[in-house]
Amino acid sequence: MDRAAIIGIGQTKAEGRLKEFNYAELVYPAVVAALEDAGITIDNIGNIVTTSNDFWDGRTISSMATGDVSGAWDRNISCVEGDGAFGAFYGMCRVLSGHYDTTLVTAYSKGSESVSAYITNAAFDPIYIRGLGLDMVSACALQARRYMSRYKISEEQCALVSVKNHRNGLDNPNAHLKLDCSLQDVMNSPMICDPLKLYDCSPISDGAVAVIFANQKKAKKLGRKPVWVKGVSLCMDTYLLGDRDLAECAALTKAAKKAYQSAGISDPRKEIDVAEIYDAFSYQELMWTEGLGFCDRGGGGRLIESGATGKSGDIPVNPSGGLLASHPVIAAGLIRIAEAVRQVRGEAGRMQVKEDVRTALAHGVNGACGQSHCVWILGRE
Amino acid sequence: MARRAAIVATGQTHHRSIRRDVNGQELINEAVMRCLEEGELTIDDIDAVLIGNMDHFEGINYVDCWSVDGSGGFMKPTIKLTTGGTTGSTLGIAGYHLVASGAFDRVLVIGWEKNSESDTTGAINTAFDAIWDRPFFAGAIAGLAVMAQTYAHLYGATARDAARVAVRDRHHACLNPYAHLRKETSIEEVLASPMLADPVCLLDMCPRTDGACAVVYAAEGIAEKMCSQPAWVHAVASRHMYSYISDADTGTGTMISMERASAELYKKLHIKEPRKKIDVIEMYQPFSWAGLMWIEDMGLCKKGEGPKLVWDGATDLGGEIPINPSGGVVATNPIGATGLIRCAEVALQIMGKAGDRQVPDVNLAIATGFGGCAWTDLLAYGKKKPT
Repeated sequence: MDRAAIIGIGQTKAEGRLKEFNYAELVYPAVVAALEDAGITIDNIGNIVTTSNDFWDGRTISSMATGDVSGAWDRNISCVEGDGAFGAFYGMCRVLSGHYDTTLVTAYSKGSESVSAYITNAAFDPIYIRGLGLDMVSACALQARRYMSRYKISEEQCALVSVKNHRNGLDNPNAHLKLDCSLQDVMNSPMICDPLKLYDCSPISDGAVAVIFANQKKAKKLGRKPVWVKGVSLCMDTYLLGDRDLAECAALTKAAKKAYQSAGISDPRKEIDVAEIYDAFSYQELMWTEGLGFCDRGGGGRLIESGATGKSGDIPVNPSGGLLASHPVIAAGLIRIAEAVRQVRGEAGRMQVKEDVRTALAHGVNGACGQSHCVWILGRE
Repeated sequence: MARRAAIVATGQTHHRSIRRDVNGQELINEAVMRCLEEGELTIDDIDAVLIGNMDHFEGINYVDCWSVDGSGGFMKPTIKLTTGGTTGSTLGIAGYHLVASGAFDRVLVIGWEKNSESDTTGAINTAFDAIWDRPFFAGAIAGLAVMAQTYAHLYGATARDAARVAVRDRHHACLNPYAHLRKETSIEEVLASPMLADPVCLLDMCPRTDGACAVVYAAEGIAEKMCSQPAWVHAVASRHMYSYISDADTGTGTMISMERASAELYKKLHIKEPRKKIDVIEMYQPFSWAGLMWIEDMGLCKKGEGPKLVWDGATDLGGEIPINPSGGVVATNPIGATGLIRCAEVALQIMGKAGDRQVPDVNLAIATGFGGCAWTDLLAYGKKKPT
């Protein structure tokens, strides 16, 4: 089997409201930056995969809006709906199938033009659940409570994630929120949906990202600093929240196991140098670190307290500030990939966790309470 | 290519105007179960699931997540793809890439739509730019009518020519037990049917359908064991060229995306005379006029000669190059499934399982997808493995 590498990344700075741009104008600079980063022009791009969501865009066939700015004119193109990490997976497959040398993958969100509560409410069963008013925040609050009570995780332990990631965000030139907050600030921030307080929740940001994949031959020829895909896997859990034990994340565990297998990783905590994971809420980072095998089930709280997931810890998580610092929905998972690439290249600036990052993990999520996960292992060789 | 891949099983619902007896998940499950049964498979044999529809038709966000109980994606990799009308063909292409890449050995691909729950035109209008296009874009029918008017003006084609296409496909549909509209129609009836947008009459146009379709792709080495005659993917090509309706080629009498994608496909297939080499086409032909225009853009005849090819009977079942033996889209149109039904139907033709609508000796078959802003997807399937 051929191998794929990431040879270019481009990103816009995430903001609360990028008033002067429409969706397409948001994507264009990310595409240009990715091409520049790879040192190639659009003529080198074999095909394009855009990632979008019709509900967030208020537009059916949302892929239509960003085809031209992604350089798709007279080229093969497709569109994945959902998180950008999943779009990246299809983009990579289109390189590995032998049809294209390169794939440009784009993802974006203009959350400022959307009402998250209505949009995410539409993800729930129209007959039985929607009328209850459930949205992503209230559903995740249920999950947080279940997880916290099952594993005796405290609100303070969750708040530590918020403190860490917001401080990390100060080092990230592309981050939306620049928030130097203390544990007390998080605990005192307004209650959004018990137990989630304002600073436990990610913002809704405007932003875009582009990533270029290449096959082995092309990556070696074109890529200035190719970062190789060592393993990637996806897995989806069941839909109805009542059908799942929300304290658990079996789908993530399964996806991670498979990705580790492909990458030849047996001890993720030791072998992974840095992880960029999908922390839409502070408690999720704790849950996902458990699901990814960085600690035992229920050990997420102690892990954050130990400082291990801090920038100088033994398994730094979200040195970019993660979703808590900027959350352009849909783009978020692809941004994790871009940040992981930066770390492996040693080009993450003040976010860089150490000079010699050999293996980085990136993670994307679709659906409520982590129903569907996508885990990427990227490396230098 | 990395490795060869083929469709080894297909399943579809009996398509209807309104399926009040099932919800979306149950509709999806019907197609999935039929597909698995045909392939003598269980869901445990499936490595990954791809699903697609148009979200605003049913008003469900994150359909991949919502549909998991019906799709069988539980604890499997599951991805959603949506590209409008081309969704089904986009899915067909994606299923192929996922297997050819070596990522998975067996992929279940599902397209579906429960159009009866939608305001189709209302939803389609929101596909276009909110500032520049939306205020004057009056749904799919009007856009297609503009294409037809231009084509008629440039090449002298008539409503009677188009009606001949409608009569052909509606006749073919009577041979397909899964088709939605199964009623013989005469040219006079088509011409006398209510005008929707000049020159497009009701019987020229596709319906809105509740239905689902599923296919299983498998990799070389596995496919041959699963199926006595797999439908091998020989080539795929897409052109989704425009973002704004004002940029699209609705006023040229030619669908440039079809022309470009066909050129790429034929190059990959190493064929110069498509009419001689292709044995059957399932065309995403949303209205009868497309059956005149797009066969020209596919290079089956010269520009302006589409009507003659159709009147000569070349595109009829039993003709030189049968088009839409299933009855096509004017008979059945569950939008997110429509493109995938084209793939499933040509796979059935290659497998020799198409029943009364079977074309004899199909070696090379083409499925097409149409959607978005005059976009095209093309897939070529063959009886033999591609070289």
